[in-house]
Amino acid sequence: MTAFDVTLSSDMPTRLARSAPLRLLDAFAGPHGVDGYLEQIDPLLVTGECRAEVLAVERGTEESVTLTLRPNRAWRGFRAGQFVQVAVEVDGARHRRCYSPASAEGRQELEITVKRHPGGLVSNFLADRAEPGMVLDLSPAEGDFRLLRPLPDSVLLIGGGSGITPLMAILRTLLAQGYERPVALLHYAPDPARAIYRAELERLAARHPGFRLLRSYTRAPGAGELDGHFSPLHLPRSEPRFAEAETFACGPPALLDAVRGTWANGLEQRLHVESFVPPDLPPAGEPGEGAIRFAASGIEAANSGASLLEQAEDAGIAAEFGCRMGICHTCTRRKLAGAHRNLITGETSAEPDEEIQLCVSAALGDLTLDL
Amino acid sequence: MTTTLAPPDTPAASPLDALTPEQIESFGEEMDAIRQRLLAERGEDDATYIRGLIRAQRGLEIGGRALLWAGVFPPAWLAGTAALSLSKILDNMEIGHNVMHGQYDWMNDPKLSGERFEWDTACPADQWRHSHNYMHHTHTNIVGKDRDIGYGVLRMSEEQEWTPYYLGNPLWAALLATFFQYGVALHDLEVEQPLGEADERARKLRLAKGIWEKVRRQTLRDYVLYPALSGPFFAFPLTGAATANLARNLWAFTIIFCGHFPEGTHEFSEEETEDETRGQWYHRQVLGSANLSGGPLFHILSGNLSFQIEHHLFPDLPAHRYAQISVDVQEACERYGIPYNVGPLHRQFGSVVAKIFRLALPRPARRALPGPARLGGFAKQVAARLRP
Repeated sequence: MTAFDVTLSSDMPTRLARSAPLRLLDAFAGPHGVDGYLEQIDPLLVTGECRAEVLAVERGTEESVTLTLRPNRAWRGFRAGQFVQVAVEVDGARHRRCYSPASAEGRQELEITVKRHPGGLVSNFLADRAEPGMVLDLSPAEGDFRLLRPLPDSVLLIGGGSGITPLMAILRTLLAQGYERPVALLHYAPDPARAIYRAELERLAARHPGFRLLRSYTRAPGAGELDGHFSPLHLPRSEPRFAEAETFACGPPALLDAVRGTWANGLEQRLHVESFVPPDLPPAGEPGEGAIRFAASGIEAANSGASLLEQAEDAGIAAEFGCRMGICHTCTRRKLAGAHRNLITGETSAEPDEEIQLCVSAALGDLTLDL
Repeated sequence: MTTTLAPPDTPAASPLDALTPEQIESFGEEMDAIRQRLLAERGEDDATYIRGLIRAQRGLEIGGRALLWAGVFPPAWLAGTAALSLSKILDNMEIGHNVMHGQYDWMNDPKLSGERFEWDTACPADQWRHSHNYMHHTHTNIVGKDRDIGYGVLRMSEEQEWTPYYLGNPLWAALLATFFQYGVALHDLEVEQPLGEADERARKLRLAKGIWEKVRRQTLRDYVLYPALSGPFFAFPLTGAATANLARNLWAFTIIFCGHFPEGTHEFSEEETEDETRGQWYHRQVLGSANLSGGPLFHILSGNLSFQIEHHLFPDLPAHRYAQISVDVQEACERYGIPYNVGPLHRQFGSVVAKIFRLALPRPARRALPGPARLGGFAKQVAARLRP
């Protein structure tokens, strides 16, 4: 373990610095680069992109699937609590989703657990179809929600649903390092059958006297140590004391709102929160609602409902364009977030991180463009 | 098969006016419906197709380079040159040209992104996207706007004013075909045009630098690096690569010139295409394009530009699907009485060659190659033109 904290961010270059021999190889390889040939031999051989092979698939609960991944050498590791963007190909098209690895820091293998969302394209695809040998693309690890060094004197973890995953990484990291100070986990799930990592948590609690496991099954009262949704009464009365513990909370918005309401009056600085919202169903607004954020230009403007190209021009951005009728793709840019409608086909998409033609796309509510 | 229209020297109304505005819009709606049907089907099959093709191309390239390394043995040179030629043809046409149209953007795979793809030819991909995807595909066959009409070098339309320079039309065409990758590379630079104002000059300088950088890398790779690996036998990979580039140049020229110049295709003026509706745009694309008939392998090697009509109607749909939708397009064209120009390569290219010769002369002298019988009249016409 490194003594200092390495900050990984999305703008970290994923392409490794090219040494002189590699540059010569690039010259031989030509327009498609060395990777264009290496990946024909094995998709994991690429040098400039982080990819991982699925080693094992375990369907832990009816609603979740746990994947063990072996990243290639471009992977730079992560801090417990952080998330990665995983690109999964469904019917020919890649979709990116954020998942927090649940494995301990420093392990060669990476574990992610995906919970089904009703109607969720990627989560259901992985739950139904993931199998060993599948190759996924990874982004470098991101996020400020992470276990800091030096390790705190006591740790309180509060998680619900798939929000358990980054907490699992923190817990496993702590226990693997022989952390003997108090740790508690408040775990919320509908019932024991749908509690992700239930068996392992029970094993860990039995083996580590410093770790307290407190569970509430919201639809199975009496089955856990606690009952009902989060309330301050659920907080452990002995160590770790919530007012002193470094607290990590992750789960659905309602849980996090309740937690935030409790950590007031200066306690907030010990509270770290990560919101898990099903990405497959972002609320699509109406044309003319919300705001357009031009991320690369640092400009934000109210969404007028006109095509994104016209709105960029109105905002004073010299966006490249050609035919202005959806043919030439000169104005194609990356949509980072938000929902849009194709004005010609009428198709709508709320997919994050996808290339869209600005001249024939209109925003449905808030939208962020890489422009 | 090939539908010949009224000769362009009869003062017939523009073919654009052959249909009523209502018919044109209804035709456009049918084309949109075809597009929607294909969009609904697009998926894993298309991803598998393009990846399989890329795999084949990379295999042919590696195999070709390896064989040329041992090119001192004649069979290795022959097989290596053939493999490298095929690799360049596939890379430029069915892969590069089509990927750069954004046909696979929906896959969200950075390696197949139309904005980022780079190809194995002299023309920098970003310049190609401008001159081809925008200028040519938006302004197809509009004289004065679509620089694909003769590439700024040839006279390919009666609407282009004749100058004595065009006497060399067949010769210029042969040179363009031989060095086609450089002709394409210089396309956006408009070297035949006056240099223009300061900012225009700066723009062209930027383009020229981009071209130089790409040509330098391509030349280094084909003609220095790989030959150097063969040591004293460097001449074999060098001539192999030169032959492969030439084969690709001639093939690409042949296919591309069959797209818009065979007998029966139309050119348009800026005035008659102003304020076009979507239906009118579709209509113009059909009138200005021509297809080539052939088997599946021929279509792949032509980058499916053999379905030029479908390609111009739907430039950003996966090209390997054009064969499938061509049935519906042709059927709709027949119903609306829109000429659907299709013929075998020898006939379409034959008519292109005839046009190249014919337009070397000042006035349209239809169906007559310059022969001894015409030389007298030809000389008179030249003399008349040259007289101040």
